[in-house]
Amino acid sequence: MGKTNELVLDVRDLSIAIDHQEQMTFAVQALAISVYRGQTFALVGESGSGKSMTALALMRLLPEALQVVQGEVLLEGQNINALPEMAMQKVRGGRIAMIFQEPGTSLNPILRIGEQLLETIMVHTDLRGAAARDKAIHWLTRVGIPEPEDRIDHYPFQFSGGQKQRIMIAMALAAEPDVLVADEPTTALDVTVQAQILALLADIQKELGMAVLMITHDLAIVHQVADTVALMRHGKIVETAPADEFFRSPKHPYARELFDAIPTFDKRGRALSALGQASAVRCDVPAPDQGSPVLTVHNLRVGYPIRRGWLRRLVGMAQVVDGVSFELRAGQTMALLGGSGCGKTTVAKALLRLLDGVAVSGGDVRLNGQDLLSAKGAQLKELRTKIQIVFQDPFASLDPRMRVGEILEEGVAALLPELTAQQRNERVLGLLERVGLPEDTARRYPHEFSGGQRQRIAIARALAVQPKVLILDEPTSALDVSVQAQILDLLNDLQREFGMAYLFITHNFGVVEYFADEIAIMSAGELVEMGSAEQVLLRPQHKVTKQLLEAVPRLSFGVDAS
Amino acid sequence: MPKFIFLWTDIALFLMVAAVVFYAWRVRRSETARATWGRVAHNAPAMSSAVVLLFFVVVGLLDSVHYQQRLPSAPGAPVNAPVVYSPQVVSLLDTLLDNTALTHQEKTYSAPLAWRQFTKETILVDGGESYRDFPRLRYGGQHLDEPQAQWLHDVLLRAGLGAAGGLLVAALLIGLVMAVIARSRKRGAVFKGWSALVKEIAAGHSDMPWRAMLVTATTMSLVLGVILGLSSGYHVMGTDQTGNDVLWRALKSVRTAWVIGTLTTVAMLPPAIFFGIAAGYFKGWVDDIIQYIYTTLTAIPGVLLIAAAVLMMQVYIDTHPDLFPTAAQRADLRLFLLCMILGLTGWAGLCRLLRAEALKLRELEYVQAARAFGISHFKVMTRHLLPNVMHIVLITVVLEFSALVLYEAVLSYLGIGVDPSMNSFGTMIDNARLEMSRDPMVWWNLLTAFVFMLTLVLSANLFADGVRDAFDPRSQSFRPARRSRMLAILNRGST
Repeated sequence: MGKTNELVLDVRDLSIAIDHQEQMTFAVQALAISVYRGQTFALVGESGSGKSMTALALMRLLPEALQVVQGEVLLEGQNINALPEMAMQKVRGGRIAMIFQEPGTSLNPILRIGEQLLETIMVHTDLRGAAARDKAIHWLTRVGIPEPEDRIDHYPFQFSGGQKQRIMIAMALAAEPDVLVADEPTTALDVTVQAQILALLADIQKELGMAVLMITHDLAIVHQVADTVALMRHGKIVETAPADEFFRSPKHPYARELFDAIPTFDKRGRALSALGQASAVRCDVPAPDQGSPVLTVHNLRVGYPIRRGWLRRLVGMAQVVDGVSFELRAGQTMALLGGSGCGKTTVAKALLRLLDGVAVSGGDVRLNGQDLLSAKGAQLKELRTKIQIVFQDPFASLDPRMRVGEILEEGVAALLPELTAQQRNERVLGLLERVGLPEDTARRYPHEFSGGQRQRIAIARALAVQPKVLILDEPTSALDVSVQAQILDLLNDLQREFGMAYLFITHNFGVVEYFADEIAIMSAGELVEMGSAEQVLLRPQHKVTKQLLEAVPRLSFGVDAS
Repeated sequence: MPKFIFLWTDIALFLMVAAVVFYAWRVRRSETARATWGRVAHNAPAMSSAVVLLFFVVVGLLDSVHYQQRLPSAPGAPVNAPVVYSPQVVSLLDTLLDNTALTHQEKTYSAPLAWRQFTKETILVDGGESYRDFPRLRYGGQHLDEPQAQWLHDVLLRAGLGAAGGLLVAALLIGLVMAVIARSRKRGAVFKGWSALVKEIAAGHSDMPWRAMLVTATTMSLVLGVILGLSSGYHVMGTDQTGNDVLWRALKSVRTAWVIGTLTTVAMLPPAIFFGIAAGYFKGWVDDIIQYIYTTLTAIPGVLLIAAAVLMMQVYIDTHPDLFPTAAQRADLRLFLLCMILGLTGWAGLCRLLRAEALKLRELEYVQAARAFGISHFKVMTRHLLPNVMHIVLITVVLEFSALVLYEAVLSYLGIGVDPSMNSFGTMIDNARLEMSRDPMVWWNLLTAFVFMLTLVLSANLFADGVRDAFDPRSQSFRPARRSRMLAILNRGST
């Protein structure tokens, strides 16, 4: 279909401005990209770099506060910024199609997927009736939905996240567009599903010969799929280069910085962020293995009661965690890995006793030799000072109505009532300094801080009671890679300084490879494999582990390959 | 020295004013709250409504200072005779309007601006003969010697004088506002001279919508000026069946509307907030019980519940006459209890909203983190949940106000609202039921109630819209600039 090297989408000098009351700021400035037929052009950047705005501008779907003030978008030589809205509707979906990040919300939940697919087909092709339905079934088959004849009449909630994204792809492709804009198509998905979706996209692209504009923050994905890479920062493209060249020898220092920030197995013991590398002569020796276990979990089981009927009788248990056992030693990091829904966050919540009254936990959990699951009153309070948590989403984990100082002090006041207000205040200020936040932080509100800074605040809050065990529930998955690097460096330093044990819950293999001493793989509520990091990563035994490892997109640079 | 009477609703109203002042002081100190209310302050319809509402607030508060006047001592009474107070409770508003037609009673109906009664009466002439005619009013147009010839001229003269007075007041007000703005700008060293200031406000370019607010204030002072001018000699909106000035009744009804609107929401808040947050936070059986309570409550027709409660209360008042020495106190207690009843039957809606929000918030990580620190349930609810649902409470309270004012009218119309002797829009409309079926029709009672209610509720609604827009993050609308203006800024920036 069509020859390659034909220029399909040409964006010249595109500027998008945000009208914010009396001032005007640029979301995207003087952007130029050229996408060729049959090729994948990757637009890479961290959050706020303006990459999603670019995608919306191509579809002319910018929110009303944003406007294209300059430049043109040429689709096969035709400037679509100049098209009337009627003509634009033909272009949208018909010639430029888009798939979004969140498959859960991009399908209408109250319409059968068949109706949604047929809608696109009817608008953009001449097919009607049975022919259109056959076409829809064809596309469902093509994107790998099993039994498409039946499933076409199902509702979105009857599909998994990966399947929903497949259906989105089918909808986007149904009109056989010239350009497919994929805005973070796999960010919300598990690694294994991500690998399948990327393979599917590549496959279909080869078959149809369309141009793909891939928008992502993940350099590993870019490495896997892109022909050309453009790196964006603060609304501007800082470097455009063919993919192999870009990964062999990136020219811009920002690109170099990003590569350094990606955690890998080889970088263990080294600092990731530029700041960390510059600041310290670091002891490369990993923290020594300190003797006795602080946390022993034996045969932990968590179940949610299933109640039915008029009197809500207990009829059974939905077993979410089934017989998990592990030991955590001081100064050691154990990673708990698994796909979404495998029960890893439930383990964390059970250990923190956050599930009281909601779920039933059984088994033997000892923290410093004391029984954690049956502790009550004062004993539980004392145990709570020894185990704390840092959550995934730094935007949801800090109360927006409280000052940072109050947030930090609250925990100390509750768990260590013997401290005076003066001592509490000193401790709070000391912690904020330790996690690298400016002096006046305590007096400010959380919304004044960026994601990375908020995560530092969350870490400081957990450290305020000097815990022995810190549970990290995907602490970096909401952060950009360069910020993630800083947070990981900070966590490394803190562990060395305080000798805490980390239970690191994540689905990100890169972070695990860099960070963990031991790895436990969870699947469907059970631990399927556990061992030292090298052992699990280099000689995986269980098939779930192998599957997970294979699916991880790898980055190899010219420098590192040797 | 008159003897001040503190009615229950007076105390409640002044406490509420104190609470609003305290809240304003808190807002001044908190930067985020100031920014949010700043958005309300930049909203022209909301601020113009605020000007109108301010007038109603002043009327309501003046009418809430009650006292009994001291009667002059009887001639020849001993010096140490006990002081006697008038049995009638009057308010500051009554005293202020004492010299106008508003507080003077006629015998029965009279049309707006009339000098004769609306109904014919048998009039005795000196010779013992009698004839039927429209008698002259006791107060309205009493100063006219030749009413038929002088009436029009006199009315126009008084209206004109009133308008001139209104204009004068408006001019003073505008000057005062300008002076205050100029002073604050001089302090901030951004004052660019008087003409620039006038030009900015006249063009509507100022940050606060001063132009809209001043236009509203000018219009209001004009209207009030004309009304006051005419009131010096006439009943502007006529009189009702018992000869009371209709305009005066409407002004007195403003206070009733405020009491109903505010006191009811205050009565509603404690159960709504407490039950709503508790249900959402605890879930499980607590949630079940609270849900059963409010679903049962909403399943009973509201009017039935209110009627039952009001009748019970009336029986209590009637069987304990010793507790309430004056009629005003009886009527007031009935109003106060009506508010409580409305509040205690009407909290289900807000409770539902808060339960849903608390269900969402309790899963958020900052609540989880607080629980990981072993913070007690009560503290989690008061420190983490309550501040984060306050915007919903505020929006509901402001929106609910106008609904309640209208609801009072419905209840009074049904005869289960306020005491019949108490002035309220509802009783005015209730009276109009018979007046409208007369021929010729008595329309002014209904019209006055309608105009007052419309003004009050419309401005309350517009103000509530402004508050909701400012506090609801989802409804924040951008006003995108024209492309041409953006290009102009762009070019200016590049040079």
